[in-house]
Amino acid sequence: MRGARRVGWAVATVTTVALAAGACGGGDGGGGGDGVVRASWGDPQNPLEPANTNEVQGGKVLDMIFTGLKEYDPETGEAKDAMAESIETDDQQTFTVKIKEGWTFSDGTEVTASSFVDAWNYGANLDNNQVNAYFFQFIEGYDEVHPEDEGAEPTAEEMSGLEVVDEQTFRVTLTQKFSLWPETLGYTAYAPLPQLFFDDHEAWLERPVGNGPYQVESYNRGQSMRLSTYDEYSGEDEPQNEGVELIVYTSNNTAYTDLQAGNLDVTDDIPASQVRNAEQDLDGRYINQPAGIIQTITFPLYQEEWEGDEAADVRRGLSMAINRDEITTQIYGDTRTPATDWTSPVLGEDGGYEEGLCGDACTYDPERARQLIEDGGGLPGGSVTLTSNVDTGSHRQWMDAVCNSINNVMDDNNACRVNPVATFAEFREQISADRMTGMFRAGWQMDYPLIQNFLQPLYYTDASSNDAGYSSGEFDRLVDEANAAADQSEAVETFQDAERVLAEDLPAVPLWYQNGTAGYSDRVDDVRLNPFSVPVYSEITVN
Amino acid sequence: MGHYVIRRLLQMVPVFIGTTFLIFIMVHALGDPVAALFGDRTPDPATAARLRAEFNLDKPVWQQYLLYMRNIFTGDFGTAFNGRPVMDLLVTAFPISFRLMLVAIAFELVLGIVLGVVSGLRRGGGVDSSVLLLSLVVIAIPTFVTGVLAQFLFGVKLGWTAPAVSPEAPLNELILPGLILALVSLAYVTRLTRTSVAENARADYVRTAVAKGLRRRRITTRHLLRNSLIPVVTYLGTDVGSLMAGALVTERIFNIQGVGYQLFQGVLRQNSPTVVGFVTILVLIFLLANLLVDLLYAVLDPRIRYA
Repeated sequence: MRGARRVGWAVATVTTVALAAGACGGGDGGGGGDGVVRASWGDPQNPLEPANTNEVQGGKVLDMIFTGLKEYDPETGEAKDAMAESIETDDQQTFTVKIKEGWTFSDGTEVTASSFVDAWNYGANLDNNQVNAYFFQFIEGYDEVHPEDEGAEPTAEEMSGLEVVDEQTFRVTLTQKFSLWPETLGYTAYAPLPQLFFDDHEAWLERPVGNGPYQVESYNRGQSMRLSTYDEYSGEDEPQNEGVELIVYTSNNTAYTDLQAGNLDVTDDIPASQVRNAEQDLDGRYINQPAGIIQTITFPLYQEEWEGDEAADVRRGLSMAINRDEITTQIYGDTRTPATDWTSPVLGEDGGYEEGLCGDACTYDPERARQLIEDGGGLPGGSVTLTSNVDTGSHRQWMDAVCNSINNVMDDNNACRVNPVATFAEFREQISADRMTGMFRAGWQMDYPLIQNFLQPLYYTDASSNDAGYSSGEFDRLVDEANAAADQSEAVETFQDAERVLAEDLPAVPLWYQNGTAGYSDRVDDVRLNPFSVPVYSEITVN
Repeated sequence: MGHYVIRRLLQMVPVFIGTTFLIFIMVHALGDPVAALFGDRTPDPATAARLRAEFNLDKPVWQQYLLYMRNIFTGDFGTAFNGRPVMDLLVTAFPISFRLMLVAIAFELVLGIVLGVVSGLRRGGGVDSSVLLLSLVVIAIPTFVTGVLAQFLFGVKLGWTAPAVSPEAPLNELILPGLILALVSLAYVTRLTRTSVAENARADYVRTAVAKGLRRRRITTRHLLRNSLIPVVTYLGTDVGSLMAGALVTERIFNIQGVGYQLFQGVLRQNSPTVVGFVTILVLIFLLANLLVDLLYAVLDPRIRYA
């Protein structure tokens, strides 16, 4: 196994400080099979259930062992049919889903319509404490299985909007029109689950069973997971390698060093301190591309001083006072891309990404910025604060830079002050309780590559992540209209119209798109990142 | 002797309760861990309330503490938020950190004392000056720098060892991390031994031993060294605890999934059951190591007697 591959130091030779006592090289580094890709991993934050995994590390595994109704193209982000034979609707509200025949889970049982319906009912039910339960909120009957109020008990076991028609077909009724809904189904929360999951939950968690291109061979919690290819796999994305070994690293720095030493093939998070040299160190085997993550500065519109038209001018001015280009280059070494709209480049032009939609408001223009802020009556109370958690993501550095940028424009060293919050949890708590008084960071990682996901949950009146407390009748109307549109391109265009309302009102100003980074060894080829910044393991070939 | 040990063990009880209570309060002052589970979005109130109830977070802190202590005495350290029993983590992490600590202590004992004695006996000589200078350099450079440097040099450039330790962390892979971990303490041990040896070399009993015509080697090992080791043993005793708890930096650099790393992970994710569980065990280790040091005094110096 892994230990055998490592080049150990012979203990006997190291009597005193005999650092010179080296061991000889360990050969070709085959960690149990020549076709196996060795990839870095982190300990998943939550138990590995599809509806309970909302971060990348757990997502990596679920991506490999599950294939949902749809799958997102790594290049374009487009949702393509995977397990779905067809998804049809006449009214954008009731969908008939037909699944392909002959698919099996890796324990041999067949994937049927009930595999999906049972899994979704499980994910939505409040009793199961699934953090992704909100994914099912559009399905009729969600309110009964997952009442919103604290302390409320579910009044139903299953959602009334899910109905099994036959072995291969089920019908879904939504609470509202949502034309792009089928495109959301590529997310792992919608994965089908085998009967074993419900019969012997503990056993399933020890060794998850899915219907994807890989199956779990062994799982050492917190240390490593070995995945082998599933020979009976019916999908088109058959693995180009013999398996994947995921290895937990204590830090991304260590993973990167191990990659350089040739003990690791793929690492998908290059440490910030190495980004500048990675291209050279790895001989070009380095990937740096936008991910489905956007960082914005959001304003507490629920505070009186940030309301009204004049405040909108101040917000516009503040946005124009930020030198995005300089910050992304100097602080992030180009692993962030200055944002010019409220979505992400991973959507592609067809999916609704439009470069420059934000217009002048996102362009650095110190003269005009000062003018706008002064016209708007100056900064509320003479100065603003910028708040964020500082435990991850080099937040402290860019906050300082943004404040400096604003201070320079205003020619006042106290115009902008940084308010660092120690932990993310504490930061979220303050935001949820509406306790913000000045600007604050709001990052958004998409659930699925859809323009709807970048707009509705964040800016629709009373939406789940509407941290600004923004409410615009015009915006809400356009979103509703887009959701009811019969045609996909029409829906996308209407969503863009809604986005233009944001460009007018500026409840939040875009900062930059976060990039996904990865490096790989010369032992492997064809490494790509999908829209979620996870390497597409099934495509990787081993030389 | 027996009475003394029992008295000391009894004294540990209030210390243990006090420290665990303090750490419990501090971890809970950090904020709401449930909110962090939901990533960049507002947790929905119903699920959050359920999770809080599951981990007893909805009760007042004193009640949570009592519940926690009751469970500890039945061997139940609670469950981390990712569904893993904390006991599991303890059982995997402590042996690894223990091995790492042993390697580090071995380096400190062998290298530190040898260098200390040599430079102590030849005060002002070339060896003494260079050891002094070197120990200054080692103390001045943070572990982070030496660790990353050594990892890159021996792991990547020279390829003598793997830069990352495998999850099982066998002893032979822990030699480089152990040395890095030991470096700073090593420098202190050297300096302590040197001072102590230099002082005792002029003591009456050493002169008497020389006058008796004992062999030089015997004087150094049996008489001089034994008495000079008391401050060193005190230092090493407290170091056992801090090496196990404070290996955070070294463990992260070399991919060792020991106590420091688990604590770091626990704090980062506000996983209170993990943090409190690990610290509780660490408190016990500190207390026992201190007791051991006190008992060792009597062995080293016959003038010390415990009644």
